[in-house]
Amino acid sequence: MPNTDTKAAIVARGLTRRFGDVIAVDNLDLTVERAQVYGFLGPNGSGKSTTIRMLCGLLLPSSGDIEVLGYKIPQQAEALKRRIGYMTQKFSLYDDLTVFENLDFVAAVHELTRANARTRIAELLKVYWLENLRKQLAGTLSGGQKQRLALAAAVLHKPELLLLDEPTSAVDPQSRREFWDSLFALVDAGTTILVSTHYMDEAERCHRLAILDHGRLVADGAPRELAQALPGQALLVECDVPRGAQKALTGFPGITAMAQIGASLRVLADGGDQQRARIAAHLREAGIEAKVEPTTANLEDVFVAATRHSSSATGAPEKAK
Amino acid sequence: MNLRRLFSIVIKELRQLRRDRLTFAMIVGIPTMQLLVFGYAINMDIRHLDAAVLDQAQTWQSRELVATLGQTGVMDFKYRLHAPQEIDTLLREGRISAALVIPPDFERRVIEHDRAALQIVVDGSDQIVQQAARQLAALPLASLLNPTQGVQVNNVEIVNFYNPERRAPINTVPGLIGVILTMTMVLFTAMAIVRERERGNLEFLIATPVSPAELTLGKVLPFIGIGLLQVTVVLTLGVLIFKVPINGSLLDVYGAALAFIIASLSLGVFLSTLAKTQFQAMQLAMFTFLPQILLSGFMFPFAGMPWPAQWLAEIFPMTHFIRLIRGIMLRAATLRDLWHELAALAAFCVVVLTIAVLRTRKRLD
Repeated sequence: MPNTDTKAAIVARGLTRRFGDVIAVDNLDLTVERAQVYGFLGPNGSGKSTTIRMLCGLLLPSSGDIEVLGYKIPQQAEALKRRIGYMTQKFSLYDDLTVFENLDFVAAVHELTRANARTRIAELLKVYWLENLRKQLAGTLSGGQKQRLALAAAVLHKPELLLLDEPTSAVDPQSRREFWDSLFALVDAGTTILVSTHYMDEAERCHRLAILDHGRLVADGAPRELAQALPGQALLVECDVPRGAQKALTGFPGITAMAQIGASLRVLADGGDQQRARIAAHLREAGIEAKVEPTTANLEDVFVAATRHSSSATGAPEKAK
Repeated sequence: MNLRRLFSIVIKELRQLRRDRLTFAMIVGIPTMQLLVFGYAINMDIRHLDAAVLDQAQTWQSRELVATLGQTGVMDFKYRLHAPQEIDTLLREGRISAALVIPPDFERRVIEHDRAALQIVVDGSDQIVQQAARQLAALPLASLLNPTQGVQVNNVEIVNFYNPERRAPINTVPGLIGVILTMTMVLFTAMAIVRERERGNLEFLIATPVSPAELTLGKVLPFIGIGLLQVTVVLTLGVLIFKVPINGSLLDVYGAALAFIIASLSLGVFLSTLAKTQFQAMQLAMFTFLPQILLSGFMFPFAGMPWPAQWLAEIFPMTHFIRLIRGIMLRAATLRDLWHELAALAAFCVVVLTIAVLRTRKRLD
């Protein structure tokens, strides 16, 4: 049994995975400390799922070293599987079994004794508000209910590490908030959680965040640190014709991204006050009377700045074009 | 191998099966339906061929002959013709399968033995009809014509052991057990395993401590029970409706069936490692199903096939099962008598399962 208490939960060095000619994960270095929520933020196809699958031994890395909970992966993957919980992106429990039958099956798979299984399942049904649904077929549950069931199944054997692959992609905002409350409850109990998402508000709630783009790690740190360390500045352009302003500024040097927010235009630009003045001047020349004010950088700005070099697959920069 | 885990997989499979009404209905429905349809329909013993007669002799002897042949029941003389060309037309239009031609000098030919006294024209596009005509040609003409003389020329007596009445169901029903088990066992297992992959359940499962052996065995075990249930359905109906005898021991029948079920399940497991979707699994199962039925000796006599086909057929589990089940049910053979067929089934299981296990990895890539 490897000594696991002092080390980080996940350490990966030079992690790479190729599918034919496509490099899905490119030379990734990753350290996830214990008892925190570590987020993977990235657009679709950025390598989030592939990385998570490699970390729990479901996919072989093309190269690189992985150590999870002190186990060398993929060599010791089978031993690791007793100590992790994995929640797949798509609901992967049985639609044609009831809530209780699903949990009962998962309990047996994890070798819980019958008595232990009964108490643990009763506990989980209560914690995840599934008591009234215990006899309902999983296939007939709502998105939020399925998510709670999947989480209950993933934590049934009290894993030390929980890997969640876009757990809230089919869930309404209310259920998402409840789901995250559950995650923090687990972290309080000492569980380490690795969660991938493409929602900014979720990413903001993580203790630490990695932004992935085209399989590369483009930013890594606490969300607030990342926002503070953002090179350049976030500007708010207030005028009567934000769409006109956006058109006028398209192609203007030193502008990374633009996005209309209601009646104003959010601009991500290089440099300091000089650049701000240049932008205001350019708008005036275009006949647009506008107020250009600096504003606090947020995580979306970080995301846009981090992923701008490879624009095509990312969602945010496209809004600005 | 953890027994609690294995047992829970079996329970899970049974629960899912109980909710899958269509599959559940097929388990009992397919054997019943096939038994009834094939039991009544597959009849290699030719009776009542539509036929015509062209009697150019028109003597009392020729009329006697036509009446006698009619009584054998092999041919129903529906048409009395006057010109040879009519035979051609009727055959081509498919109205008759055979025609009897009696030449004008029929009696002289019978006496002098110099030329064929009778001609039977048959529709050669049907092999079975050809066989029937050959049987007719062997009929002892002289004794037909002169019953008083009682001289049996040309008469080859066929003594039919095991199926004296030549009733087809006695041959088909035991074989049908093989057909039904092949169809359902291979298909159900292959699909049950691929379904986990297709629906995404596998991605969750392989991230748990469950082993491929537990998963495969747990999914396959319920089908052994189902297979034995199907055998029981076919045997019961076969005995009740078609009066098929079980001359050997019932235990041996089930023993042979069990060996064949396991062989078919192994094949299903192997196919599941090739298929990515349930649809592919179904196609693969069909691909193994047809040659097994055609070459196993169920449809056509094994001895009549060219050697490459025989060699191929020796690989199929169904070939060995057909020999086992016919031997036990009809000839009262024991499993000990037929141990080499049982050994062949065992060898098939070992080879196919080994390949399947080697191909199974607990990973997504």
